Amino acid sequence: MEATETRTEPFVINLGPHHPSTHGVFRMRVTFDGEVVVDVEPMFGYLHRGIEKLAEGRTYTQIIPLTDRLDYLASMTNNWGYVMAVEKLAGVPVPERAEYLRVIVGEMMRISSHLLATGFLINELGAFFTPLMYMYREREKILDLFDMLCGQRLTYNYMRVGGVSHDPPPEFWPAVKRFVREMPGYIDEYEGLVTTNEIVLARTKDVGVLSKELAINASASGPFLRATGVDWDLRRDDTYSIYDRFKFDIPVGTNGDVFDRYMCRIQEMRQCCRIIEQALQQIPRGEFRARLPHLVRPPAGEVYGHIEAPRGELGFYLVSDNSIAPYRFHVRPSTMINLTTLRDLTIGWKLADLIVIFGSIDVVLGEIDR
Amino acid sequence: MTVALVGTGVAEAVSKSIPGSILASDEKTVVVSADKLYPAAEFLKTSEFAFDYLANLTSADYLDYFEVVYHLVSLKKNHSLVLKTRIYGREAPAVASVVPLWRGAELQEREVFDLMGISFEGHPNLKRILLWDGFPGHPLRRDYL
Repeated sequence: MEATETRTEPFVINLGPHHPSTHGVFRMRVTFDGEVVVDVEPMFGYLHRGIEKLAEGRTYTQIIPLTDRLDYLASMTNNWGYVMAVEKLAGVPVPERAEYLRVIVGEMMRISSHLLATGFLINELGAFFTPLMYMYREREKILDLFDMLCGQRLTYNYMRVGGVSHDPPPEFWPAVKRFVREMPGYIDEYEGLVTTNEIVLARTKDVGVLSKELAINASASGPFLRATGVDWDLRRDDTYSIYDRFKFDIPVGTNGDVFDRYMCRIQEMRQCCRIIEQALQQIPRGEFRARLPHLVRPPAGEVYGHIEAPRGELGFYLVSDNSIAPYRFHVRPSTMINLTTLRDLTIGWKLADLIVIFGSIDVVLGEIDR
Repeated sequence: MTVALVGTGVAEAVSKSIPGSILASDEKTVVVSADKLYPAAEFLKTSEFAFDYLANLTSADYLDYFEVVYHLVSLKKNHSLVLKTRIYGREAPAVASVVPLWRGAELQEREVFDLMGISFEGHPNLKRILLWDGFPGHPLRRDYL
């Protein structure tokens, strides 16, 4: 008897733009052979608001709220990257106290952002929402602290050119001290529930492996780059603000798989707590904002300022023509550039793995589409 | 701390290897002519400068010419450089794609193509990225609005 041959035809599925696992309005046009991914084409633009063009018609201070709406899960670091670029361009000095406040809120933002990244990753692994709620619990505390600072929970508009908008109220300090004291215990709790879980290990180890060479060549950044074993963190390697005053380690992975990305984020949160603790001890009294004219008017020229945002290198390229609005405003979107290698990571894996690999890159569409 | 290389020094080395490629150079930047961009970029990647990481790629419109800006970093040597090229003419501006050198340029060049209307020759998949096909014009040009 002749053996019957089963043949499959490739078929195309549009994942998104309204698929719950795409973290926003991201669309992937995926070609499958059975359940196996043959081709992936990412499609962007569903959240495009033209922020780069809008910025050309606003003053330098009016742009700060626009940057809140880039990576809306890490608005503080967006603010920071932008005001730092403007300060570099205009040569504005920043008071010590403001630098410390920026480091404290920046690192809290990193914890909050990594909490959601790991929470949603576990969600996509099939642990439906329970672990995510554990992480939301701590994120809420951070958002409450930010609420004390600036009255906002998501779009902070907290940083200003030459400082920050408000000095923290007295009740902020005991609350942030308590948070930093408690946070490592919560991270232990997540690790106990997730890190050694057999199903998590089976689903994430050696899945979606990115090589060191490709990661560098494709301009990957953030935990996505460090998980491959590249020891590169702008906080240390291109020190900005006052990061040279703190002792902290940079967690680096070995394999570049989904598990390493998860571990990098978990360990980074511990380092964030270390940095905040040291900053709380060292913070001086004094001015929280430099005295500047109402309208910032940088000299003609250009600048590229970059910081280590939670999701990678966030850069701002500004060209000034000595007017009150920038001549050109460009954002280097860390997560969009991380998606360059999406095709390489996912081809050959099954649909369920595609979701997990995509989740481990940790994208935010506000920043990709701008 | 990443050391920003002095543009004039790098420009000297580039022009020694690729004669006639330098348009201008100053403290921070090196400007190469559009037709020599690819060999100049290849030289910067493979020579002792070892620029293995393309941090950022963008463009600006100065009405007389378009400028494409490459922010290069060497992770090995921890130094950086701003490489630029100028493209004259507003009808069909084009420059060589650097995707064969740095994959990281893939989506960024598509973005410049979409919003600034500069074509990148040799790009594997050059089409609009943020706006839809058939969108009239390129919004980031200064004469758009």
